[in-house]
Amino acid sequence: MMMPPADPIVQVRHVSHQFGDEGETRHVQALQDTSLDVARGELLCLIGPSGCGKSTLLNVMGGLVAPTTGTVTVAGKPVRGPMPHDISFIFQEHALFPWNTVFENVVLGMTFQGVPRAQREERARRALEAVGLSEFAAHYPGELSGGMRQRAALARALSLETDILLMDEPFGALDEQTRMVLGEDLSVLLSQSHKTIVFVTHSLGEAVFLADRVAVFSARPGTIKEVIAVEEPHPRKPDFMTSPKFHRLRDELYSLLHGEIRKAMAETPQPRRRYGEPAPADTTGTAQ
Amino acid sequence: MRRPGAGKRRERGLSRLVQVGFAVFLLAAWYVATTWGEVSHLLLPNPVNVWHQLVSILASGEFVPDLRVTLGELAIAFAIAMSLGITLGYLISRSPYAIKVFEPLFSGIFSIPIILFLPLYVLFFGLGPASKIALGATIGFFPIVLNTIAGFGNVDRVLIAAARSMGAGNLQMFRHVLMPAALPVILAGLRMGFTVALLTIIGSETIASLSGLGHRIVNLAENMDMARMFAYIAFVVVIAAFLNAVVSAVEARGRR
Repeated sequence: MMMPPADPIVQVRHVSHQFGDEGETRHVQALQDTSLDVARGELLCLIGPSGCGKSTLLNVMGGLVAPTTGTVTVAGKPVRGPMPHDISFIFQEHALFPWNTVFENVVLGMTFQGVPRAQREERARRALEAVGLSEFAAHYPGELSGGMRQRAALARALSLETDILLMDEPFGALDEQTRMVLGEDLSVLLSQSHKTIVFVTHSLGEAVFLADRVAVFSARPGTIKEVIAVEEPHPRKPDFMTSPKFHRLRDELYSLLHGEIRKAMAETPQPRRRYGEPAPADTTGTAQ
Repeated sequence: MRRPGAGKRRERGLSRLVQVGFAVFLLAAWYVATTWGEVSHLLLPNPVNVWHQLVSILASGEFVPDLRVTLGELAIAFAIAMSLGITLGYLISRSPYAIKVFEPLFSGIFSIPIILFLPLYVLFFGLGPASKIALGATIGFFPIVLNTIAGFGNVDRVLIAAARSMGAGNLQMFRHVLMPAALPVILAGLRMGFTVALLTIIGSETIASLSGLGHRIVNLAENMDMARMFAYIAFVVVIAAFLNAVVSAVEARGRR
């Protein structure tokens, strides 16, 4: 384990979480005694085998799931529910409201957050311009490609002007090329703004390319096994991906994860999955 | 884009032509069979005769009281079914436990022929419009409540999580997330509820009633006034088709 960062904006202390009660068939110990500090302005990746509780930890940090035990503080305040003024979320996909246009989606987010009416449209226009979607403001999400939908979701999150962005496998459903381009854009964004980002992924390459630090999870019941630093300034260019350093870090991550993935795959999959519950053990964690 | 569009339009034009041709063929067969054939006019009156009766019914305005009774029953029955169905459906959809209890119960009851309870309803509510309203509201209630449960119960959880993370309150959640997600499903339920209420009301008027379009048709049949009865049937068919077209148009508008 590395030394904890000097200026943590998020502090996770001894968080455990279980779904269902002990003895029930649906009982799953998703997270076990996990502690973690997120430094102000860093991009921290959470990586681990499917079902290790990395998404659960993200939801706990954002106040969407109350942990069974343990505490989370964000900017000095204890987390007891969603904190829309400090934290915005980006989900895997289909989290835009399909009955609203892209523009309306961005405005609606600010309506929920409580931004004064007079500021909403101007801020929505700026956010869409920042992600390069100005021309598609009047389109419905169903008319856009997966990559454009995630740009729109990013615009909605940016317009909320929170210090912290929590991203739950935001590029997980996209193809490799779109994913790489969006990753580069995110790296540029990070170098310009001073946002703190926690990013859940199961892609080793994505983790090394984007992260300042990578937290590696063990198999279920998940906890953080190791934190690896990637010392490389943002914005990162595609040629970083061909550097020896990139490959060394990627290999290091893979050797840390390899055994955990085998363990996770040996578990029986859960019969059904509700939102926020860990995914059944599958093979997606082994690729890349 | 133009080519497949044109092809589809031509295909639709062709199927319309076949549909109209089929109707014309039936009318022609009817005319031929009753003008030159050996068909008894008590069983099947001549279409020309039916047409004259229809003109007389419309010109005299004698249909107005019966139409008013039937449409009045339908309006009240549908209003009851809609308000009860949507309110109860929403309340049930808020609890997974209530969904587990009531969803199978309601779809079970809806699958039995509720029209069998008409004699009971007549005993309770009399031969007048009240028994038709009660039965129409009962039958119309089920598709509305079932679709309301399905509409509010199956909102994508990630949309709810997203709205919550951005700070949506309960009212905002209802207005901007739950309602738009559920609306198309609820509208389909309302259309079904309207249709079954209409069928039930006209059907039960023909079985036991004092007035209404269904009552009029049976009355004419019992008096062997076949041409006029056929004219009334044609009139009711046109009214029903018109009402269904209106309801479908409202549903399509709501879906946008």
